[in-house]
Amino acid sequence: MSLSKLTTYQLAELYQKNTLTQKDLLADLSSAIQSKDRDKRQIRAYVNFDSMQPRHRKADKGSKLWGVPVAVKDNICVEGEETTCGSKILKGFISPYNATVIEKLLNAGAIIYGRTNQDEFAFGSSCETSCYGPTRNPRDPQRVPGGSSGGSAACVADHTAIASLGSDTGGSIRQPASFCGVVGMKPTYGRVSRYGLIAFASSLDQIGPITKDVKDNALLLQAIAGYDPKDSTSANLPVPDYLNFLGKDIKGMKVGIPKEYIQSGLNADVKNSLDHAVKILESLGAKSQQISLPHTSHAVNVYYIVAPSEASSNLARFDGVRFGFRDKSAPSLLEMYENTRGQGFGAEVKRRIILGTYSLSSGYYDAYYLKAMKVRTKIKNDFDEAFKKVDVILTPTTPSAAFRLGEKTTNPLEMYLSDIFTISANLAGIPAISLPGGLAPDTQLPLGLQLLGRPFEEGQLYQIAYAFEQATDFHKKLGNVS
Amino acid sequence: MSSIDLKHIARLSRLHLTEQELKFFETQVAQILSFVDKLKEVNVEGVEPTSHPLSLSNVFRDDEGKPSIPIEEFLKNAPRARGRFFEVPKIIEDKSR
Amino acid sequence: MLTTIGLEVHVQLNSKTKIFCGCEIKFGSPPNSQTCPVCLGLPGVLPVLNRQVFDLGLRAVLALNGTVSKKIKFDRKNYYYPDLPKGYQISQFDCPLGQGGFIELDLGKKIRLNRAHLEEDAGKLLHDQSPDMSLVDLNRAGTPLLEIVSEPDLESSDEAYEYLSHLKAILKAVGVSECDMEKGHLRCDANVSVRKNAGDTLGKRVEIKNLNSFKAVKAAIEFEVKRQSEAMEKGEKLVQETRLWDDARQKTFTMRSKEEAHDYRYFPEPDLVPFFVTPEEIEKERRALAAIVFPKEKKERLMNEFKLSEYEARLISADEEISDLFEKLVKIYKPAKTIVMWITGEVFAYRASSDEFKLYGLSKLKPEFLVQLFKLVDEGALSFQVAKEKVFPEVMKGEDPTVVMKEKGLQQVSDDGALTQWIIEIIQDNPKVVGDFKSGKETAAMFLVGQVMKKSQGKANPGKVKDLLLVKLKEV
Repeated sequence: MSLSKLTTYQLAELYQKNTLTQKDLLADLSSAIQSKDRDKRQIRAYVNFDSMQPRHRKADKGSKLWGVPVAVKDNICVEGEETTCGSKILKGFISPYNATVIEKLLNAGAIIYGRTNQDEFAFGSSCETSCYGPTRNPRDPQRVPGGSSGGSAACVADHTAIASLGSDTGGSIRQPASFCGVVGMKPTYGRVSRYGLIAFASSLDQIGPITKDVKDNALLLQAIAGYDPKDSTSANLPVPDYLNFLGKDIKGMKVGIPKEYIQSGLNADVKNSLDHAVKILESLGAKSQQISLPHTSHAVNVYYIVAPSEASSNLARFDGVRFGFRDKSAPSLLEMYENTRGQGFGAEVKRRIILGTYSLSSGYYDAYYLKAMKVRTKIKNDFDEAFKKVDVILTPTTPSAAFRLGEKTTNPLEMYLSDIFTISANLAGIPAISLPGGLAPDTQLPLGLQLLGRPFEEGQLYQIAYAFEQATDFHKKLGNVS
Repeated sequence: MSSIDLKHIARLSRLHLTEQELKFFETQVAQILSFVDKLKEVNVEGVEPTSHPLSLSNVFRDDEGKPSIPIEEFLKNAPRARGRFFEVPKIIEDKSR
Repeated sequence: MLTTIGLEVHVQLNSKTKIFCGCEIKFGSPPNSQTCPVCLGLPGVLPVLNRQVFDLGLRAVLALNGTVSKKIKFDRKNYYYPDLPKGYQISQFDCPLGQGGFIELDLGKKIRLNRAHLEEDAGKLLHDQSPDMSLVDLNRAGTPLLEIVSEPDLESSDEAYEYLSHLKAILKAVGVSECDMEKGHLRCDANVSVRKNAGDTLGKRVEIKNLNSFKAVKAAIEFEVKRQSEAMEKGEKLVQETRLWDDARQKTFTMRSKEEAHDYRYFPEPDLVPFFVTPEEIEKERRALAAIVFPKEKKERLMNEFKLSEYEARLISADEEISDLFEKLVKIYKPAKTIVMWITGEVFAYRASSDEFKLYGLSKLKPEFLVQLFKLVDEGALSFQVAKEKVFPEVMKGEDPTVVMKEKGLQQVSDDGALTQWIIEIIQDNPKVVGDFKSGKETAAMFLVGQVMKKSQGKANPGKVKDLLLVKLKEV
């Protein structure tokens, strides 16, 4: 069996037995990437596999991630590597420092290789806005892999990566994980350091693992989670041993299904996979009940004010002065700014900067930004109330399976609405995991299930996700299985 | 949002938009804004805004020096540099700063 | 014409490192050498607040009689400029560190403060190195500033000058900042308007920038008041604007480029959490402050206990190093007036011009030696002139004045015989002057005394020389 199809813990066993070397593994991955690329599917999960030098450090061979290659989304800074966020404006920018998560992985003995493709600056739900061109869904290359961490999900689903890191601001890990049929976790806000993650929306962003199964996901989160003094919003709380939660039974666990998520009009396949999941969980001893998250319908409105507002400010530093692209022919400073950013940014980025600037501008701040922040409090309170009644909340990850390339690019609003199930978790700051929940019968496209938990209760999410996974075989149906 | 506003927003964001882009964005952004306008319906009386999902406070660091990165390395990234400086098109001397 | 003035002062806080990163603050470093990914505003970096900066700001708020805000948070002030790496400045908008407070001027008038808030400084731009490019140095980016805004309670340029002097003295006394305007520790913008009568609405406010010294602040305000008053008398329309002070030409002028009204789009800084100070912490800081004697109190004590004049007391109390020296000296030497004379004369001159001072400050001086010098003059062992010209500089370097006096043979000569000898010689050498004296020009005698002093290399006892000279002149 090709090495690239293994999980991290399977690799660990081979390393232990000394039947595997890092060199062999990287060679296998390389040929897997190149062979797939050569065929007509043009998945383009990676931006630059060839040019990036794999990085690793001397580490204790007993470490669980020793010798494990981890692909990294192109918005996480790796020292000495080009970091572009899928944007022309950062072409050629070589980061002089490592993000904290990269430091942690290197110290755990992992190998950092391979930049994965993404929507430009993480603005998007389809991975169609990268300056490098779109990534395609390995399951059906005519369809999107989801976004913005489309590349990170596609390479894992396609067995051209063992595991990867993505980032999630409104669903950017979970939605592609759902579309590609893999496991993606957005941790509690503050669980993983944001230092070195090129910011999209600072109060919503988190880095998280995308993996082939739940156990791998727990292993990876274990390695990257924890307090970082360089990040003022990082929680100074101990990281539990997530592996301890795997295999524990879920008898008596209370699972809430929010009625607002299953209203009429929900895609039949999606509804069926949800109902099926409820049956499985109940057969394992969990108890389901309907709950209400009354402000659900406002989540997208709040998000599309808060996120672009923060983003418009975060992207101000891309001005051509100190790094990245600059229109060098501009005769004046003003023209330099305007042309650099006008030419360097793609349409979706400009759209969001405009939205964000408008929401913050004088005369509109109260009606838009401030109002959105207050409704955000109400959304957060909805979850606080719900978690008094239940332990986890179960929802579909997305309202449909992967859509076709180009299908939603002409109507941004329609694209935004595809985030409807994932956005609330970012607004409330709670952890959320997406795992394979079945295949749509006609198209065989993956459908994802989402579990939401209380802040810092990733362990419990892994517990219930693992139980579900082991009772089904969806996680074995990855890629094209070819 | 009228096209005059859009030009103003573009200037505030230092974005040069072509005439085509102005037209293109105008309708789209107006559409998005009318959608988010639905927030008007929500009663938020007595509700505090959430700036941070976590209720952390008082995070500090000690007043200790940390080594800097050698600027020469970093200046290699600069689109234009002169010696140890970053270089930009001339700004009319602004003594107000 | 009634004048209304408000001052906005930016004070650089005295921490070792910058406000949000670990770069050390070093005046005069090579360009872009005190930088790191955070203050360079690289993609992916995050700010973390320096505890010392917060504490210094807190201390300043309390020292200025302000109230610490219940909730303290930071906000982003968004605008584009090459010296602002992130494209926004982390500052404070609606929840500043401190609110209210006041500074009391000499005659008791209280100038109210509106607020004091923390923010990061921008970098520096150089415009004169090339005809069509400007250069960016980000060493200063991220330096911690406390912006102190007064209410428009000041009514004259003198009051403004006094306000700044008091502010500087207080902040220096509590160790929050050195407040050296030449090193850029303190920057001031002034807002000025005039109106005819007390009942009138306030005139159009003009903001004046590019003020680099307290003197400049005073002069700029005076110029502006004159300009606005004259315009008003002529019936000309005044406009709310920002003007720059031209120190060379001693005038304000309108900024060339029409400044568009800034829309800073303030919103809460999501990368920094809020800060709360407990009443216990405030109490602790207040008690620490109570142990520091403020310049005003020092001044009053100097006047009451040592009978210094208001002027003398103000000079001594305004500077911590000087007032420390005074305290040390007065412990071992009672005549306070003599101490004051030496300090305001010789020590001040020494500080202003001596190269040694630039290197060592007052660190080498031993107070006992300075007192010894005073005593040598009191006893007549040294003449004042020799003491100040020849021995004082050595004492400032740490030398023992008695040793110096002996080694260099500087003892004052008071012996009648020796003095008479010199006097006779001078009388012989200056017949014309003697003649002038004889014909009634009394000042001629002073000339002759001077000549004796010169001949004795300053060592002659001038009082005795005068007496003996007058006697001798009678004999001629």
